[in-house]
Amino acid sequence: MKKLAFATTSALAALLGTVVCAFAEEAPAINSGDTAWMLTSTALVLFMTLPGLALFYGGLVRKKNVLSVLAQCLGIAGLATLMWWAFGYSLSFSGDGKFIGDFGAAFFKGIYGPEGKDISYSSHLAGVPESVFAMFQLTFAIITPALIVGAIAERMKYTAVLAFIAGWLILVYFPFAHMVWGGGYIGGTLGAIDFAGGLVVHMSSGYSALVLALILGPRLGYGKEPMTPHSMVLCMIGTSILWVGWYGFNAGSAGAANGLAGSAFLTTTLAAAIGGFVWAFLEFITKKQPSVLGFCSGIVAGLVVITPAAGFVDATGAVICGIAAGVVPYFAVVTLKRKLGYDDALDTFGVHAVGGTVGTLLTGLLAVEAVNGQAGGGALFMKQLGSVAIVLVWSVVATAILAYAIKVTIGLRPTADVERQGLDINEHGEEGYAD
Amino acid sequence: MKFVSAIIKPFKLNEVRESLTALGVKGVTVTEVKGFGRQKGHTEMYRGAEYVIEFLPKLKVEVAIDDNQLEQVVEGIKKAACTDKIGDGKIFVFDLEHVMRIRTGETGSEAL
Repeated sequence: MKKLAFATTSALAALLGTVVCAFAEEAPAINSGDTAWMLTSTALVLFMTLPGLALFYGGLVRKKNVLSVLAQCLGIAGLATLMWWAFGYSLSFSGDGKFIGDFGAAFFKGIYGPEGKDISYSSHLAGVPESVFAMFQLTFAIITPALIVGAIAERMKYTAVLAFIAGWLILVYFPFAHMVWGGGYIGGTLGAIDFAGGLVVHMSSGYSALVLALILGPRLGYGKEPMTPHSMVLCMIGTSILWVGWYGFNAGSAGAANGLAGSAFLTTTLAAAIGGFVWAFLEFITKKQPSVLGFCSGIVAGLVVITPAAGFVDATGAVICGIAAGVVPYFAVVTLKRKLGYDDALDTFGVHAVGGTVGTLLTGLLAVEAVNGQAGGGALFMKQLGSVAIVLVWSVVATAILAYAIKVTIGLRPTADVERQGLDINEHGEEGYAD
Repeated sequence: MKFVSAIIKPFKLNEVRESLTALGVKGVTVTEVKGFGRQKGHTEMYRGAEYVIEFLPKLKVEVAIDDNQLEQVVEGIKKAACTDKIGDGKIFVFDLEHVMRIRTGETGSEAL
């Protein structure tokens, strides 16, 4: 995102020569087309979490826990928004620290700028009010921790979930948003690229989700009792909402209503459609039955893999990303999980960590200079590999520290009776389906 | 009097009802039940994980009849509910001691 703002600014500067001085002194005027698209994208990305992800996950759990998943998504949306306003936005996008920002924009200080609300003085996104940029980025800070819910579904205390997410946003999300998009180490110094969040969103949440699931332990009866999705219909609706919302996520990450946004829209569509088709096709080959869950899983995996690549690869690259998304996460979810025996309940690790890693690495190989000025190859691939290593180690260590801290203080799990009877009635006092 | 309780495949209900009506049975009670027999459930596959669904949904069809209807009724249910595949269900027959029709107070065969 920031890279792009720089690129746009310097291109304009070259063209307009003398206007540059004015540029430096006065904030540029609002571009209504870009602003309209970014407002739309912001709403689309929020719609991905509420209700997209909530229904996708909610359909996959057992009936007795459906509301717990919805409540976790709702709670995270509220908590992340509050923290974003207080200091999260500032730590992510204010200041020029290598690993984390500063408190310069805490409580949205200065977000309207000295010139009033009709002027964009945002250093992050020329032509778009900073209020819009801050809200667009907020929706990413909401969906990222919400992804973790999938790994720990059906067996974590609500208070422990929210405590973990609060700590995780501070220790993992804000630093990575800053490092990759806020001008910090990964985007600024290392020079790795992540168009819409392969590193920041999918890998950070995916690796953290696996560690948290391991420390939490499997659900009672895991591997012995049937734990089948209670509603594949809800799951499919959630998947479709995610797909549509993802246009805000990826095409919105162009930061403008321009050709790059169109290109990201196109690559996103190809990868999602092909990912779903390939996953279901593999099921058809191996088990004779293509399942709705297979299509849904492959679509989400395709969207995850294309996320870091969306604005860097062309149509051919997107097709390769889609095929990879149908194959690699499929084996992570179907084969690896069973071999290793961990209970990543709804496959946050298998889809998001594995898919995010595949996408980030493929971006290093498949980036096309004509699309966004970045050429794939050995050099870029090594930078991508370095960024993957940083996200992996950082996420694992931070999550382990947080999870153990919560385990010894308020505890991670409800009592066995509560878990057996279901979280909905015990933790929220409601049932998803009245008789 | 006899009491017949048949466990059948849910999609066979209409055929069973038609055959019982044709035999002059005046009332039927149907309950959704779950259970297992020799079929031992079935398996479902989600993201490669295979789950054995141990208790399968069936319908329990209950009728109260006169002794002389028994043979026809059992044969009728058998014919209507049979698919020749495992999991077709079972028919249980009990002696029926007493019946009362609540509205009229009639008892015995009159009440059936």
